[in-house]
Amino acid sequence: MSTRESTGGFEKVEVHPAGAPTPVPASPHLSAPPLPAEPLVKIRPRSSWVALDLADLWSYRELLYFLTWRDIKVRYKQTALGAAWAILQPLFLMLIFTLFFGRVAGLAPGGVPYPLFAFTGLVPWTFFANAVSSSGNSLVGNANLITKVYFPRLLVPMAAVAAGLVDFALSFVLLIVIMIYYGVRPTWQLALLPALVLLTTLCATGVGLLLSALNVKYRDIRFALPFLIQLWLFVSSVIVPSSVLPERGRWLLALNPMSGIIEGYRAALLGQPFDWTSLSVATLGTLAVLACAVVAFRRMEKQFADII
Amino acid sequence: MATIIRVEHLGKQYRIGGPSAAYSTLRETLVGAARAPLRWATRKRGEGHNGQSRIWAVKDVSFEVQAGEVVGIIGRNGAGKSTLLKLLSRITEPTTGSVDLYGRVGSLLEVGTGFHPELSGRENVYLNGAILGMARQEIAQKFDEIVAFAEVEKFIDTPVKHYSSGMYLRLAFAVAAHLEPEILIVDEVLAVGDARFQRKCLDKMRTVGQQGRTVLFVSHNMPAITRLCPRTIMLSEGGVLEDGPSHLVVSTYLNSGLGTVAAREWADASKAPGNDIVRLRAVRVVTEAGATIEAVDIRKPVGIEVTFDVLREGHLLVPNMAFYNEESVLIFMAHDTEPEWRARARTVGRHTSTAWVPGNFFAEGSITVDVAVSSHVPSVEVHLHESDAVAFQVIDSLDGDSARGDFAGPIPGVVRPRLRWTNEFRGEEASSASAAGVLANSPTAAR
Repeated sequence: MSTRESTGGFEKVEVHPAGAPTPVPASPHLSAPPLPAEPLVKIRPRSSWVALDLADLWSYRELLYFLTWRDIKVRYKQTALGAAWAILQPLFLMLIFTLFFGRVAGLAPGGVPYPLFAFTGLVPWTFFANAVSSSGNSLVGNANLITKVYFPRLLVPMAAVAAGLVDFALSFVLLIVIMIYYGVRPTWQLALLPALVLLTTLCATGVGLLLSALNVKYRDIRFALPFLIQLWLFVSSVIVPSSVLPERGRWLLALNPMSGIIEGYRAALLGQPFDWTSLSVATLGTLAVLACAVVAFRRMEKQFADII
Repeated sequence: MATIIRVEHLGKQYRIGGPSAAYSTLRETLVGAARAPLRWATRKRGEGHNGQSRIWAVKDVSFEVQAGEVVGIIGRNGAGKSTLLKLLSRITEPTTGSVDLYGRVGSLLEVGTGFHPELSGRENVYLNGAILGMARQEIAQKFDEIVAFAEVEKFIDTPVKHYSSGMYLRLAFAVAAHLEPEILIVDEVLAVGDARFQRKCLDKMRTVGQQGRTVLFVSHNMPAITRLCPRTIMLSEGGVLEDGPSHLVVSTYLNSGLGTVAAREWADASKAPGNDIVRLRAVRVVTEAGATIEAVDIRKPVGIEVTFDVLREGHLLVPNMAFYNEESVLIFMAHDTEPEWRARARTVGRHTSTAWVPGNFFAEGSITVDVAVSSHVPSVEVHLHESDAVAFQVIDSLDGDSARGDFAGPIPGVVRPRLRWTNEFRGEEASSASAAGVLANSPTAAR
């Protein structure tokens, strides 16, 4: 072995090709920043159940921002209509629903014109549906990231939901226009709107997390997703109010948080009385879905890079 | 120096094949769960079922890295290098063992992770930086430096889908090169880009090492490993085979026959390079003893052995070859000028010609050889030409009797001959006379 090895190898000296080796001026780093006494990162085989590492998630908040920003930036690239799609989707659904269901007498309660009734439901629903579908496919769509770099995997489906908020805001503008057209007067109940938006976001995140994680292992999800969302639309009080259902069947709707949430939007926007029971059930349901989703996601997460 | 990475008995097991391997369907799992609900609930890690096989991609790996060390990781494909890096960078989780990291880790397993073709260069720099763990402010600070390093100033606001592949890779590497974690994990990313840019990246990595940052560097580029990393860990079949000074580990690796680029053979004559006059059958890099060798000691002669079949009588055939270094610089070309076949048509059958390059001639690094057989008389005709037929590494050890002498640093230059030097001692008076003159003219030197 060469004696030079003991000096730590020749890369530690900056040398002039024709001159004698001269030591590198000690850079601030060379004095080695004091290492923490405890490891910054401990890597261990994980047991199946792991807690949510909120500190880790928080330290990556900027990445959430960038992933969301990317999703927004890229979504309408190379489309002719661009962000107009955000408005066109619920608008066309409203027109179709009005055409088919609007004539059926007694559908819209409280003297609300059917187009308005449908649109107040369709705007949050479109957000929810798009958020669930894009976050459900998000992990598989970002496989190149998952297999090449570490970051909390939760961020990917979360960013997909967050990116949907921009479209949501755009379609809300149209909603306001339609509300003005029908002469709806704002009431204090609008104050509950932010809470409802938060609830919708959480619900979409919960469902999206669950589906995105399952999608990694079972690509069936990709095919089941559009179908699932379509079915869900019919039981979410978007097309018809829950009041048209027979009394004994209504508890079933209550199990679906989106039904209570969408009725909540209507009440807030159109100044109708809130159904506090169904709102509370929806809130509890949303939190339960979210909690289950996070637990399940964390459990499946460790396999992502291996099987995606 | 303090330990910054501690790896203890690290292992990672993968399932391969078997019914419920990677691609399972929901139906199978549901059916399985319905049939044996308890097994689904109680199945333990590592328990094989349905006869599927499991392999250890990394097994019982232990090592420590001190802060500021630059460590190379080498090994054949499938030796576990990539899995080890994935474990250390937390992309995948270990099955057994533990890793303690006493610093922030930046991993660079690929350049341009997360680059989006529709976004502009500028946008991708921010996105990619964030993905690699840089703060937005940090990226903003280094933005100009990154763009200048990548040399894409003019196109920074163009979507990267319009970039040439070279520009794309330069930008991608530039972002990565400006990462400043305490521990940098780098996979074979230098295998991209043109030679000049590769050099620039190697230099950048060297400065990273000099700033006291800890670097783990996986590469197949043995000269780069020996130059950048004082210490190298060699993996084989998931375990550590050797761990020590790079030049020792690298020569073990290269001489263990794990490399394959030093010998080529064309078993099927119809698919071999050539025409109906001559066909190339084999090319080898050989020692004087006739053994195939991938790592050539800079001091030893090396032979390029060309085996070819002559299919038709009556041609003057000249085997020839061209030697390139890792920057694709043509070092020299050589023709067979031996009298044996010079004015005599080659007979039908198998011929072997070996060109011997003397020791102390090539510079350190990797050498690629193009092989050809042509006729020069009566007219110039190239019968076969095989680019990059074989390659080998020239290793300049630090034993002191090569052209580098006792100088340990990198030595530029295309060749590294060991010259004959003559020295004469002209006596003491001559020097004292001129020294007096020097001293008289320089007041600061006077005592």
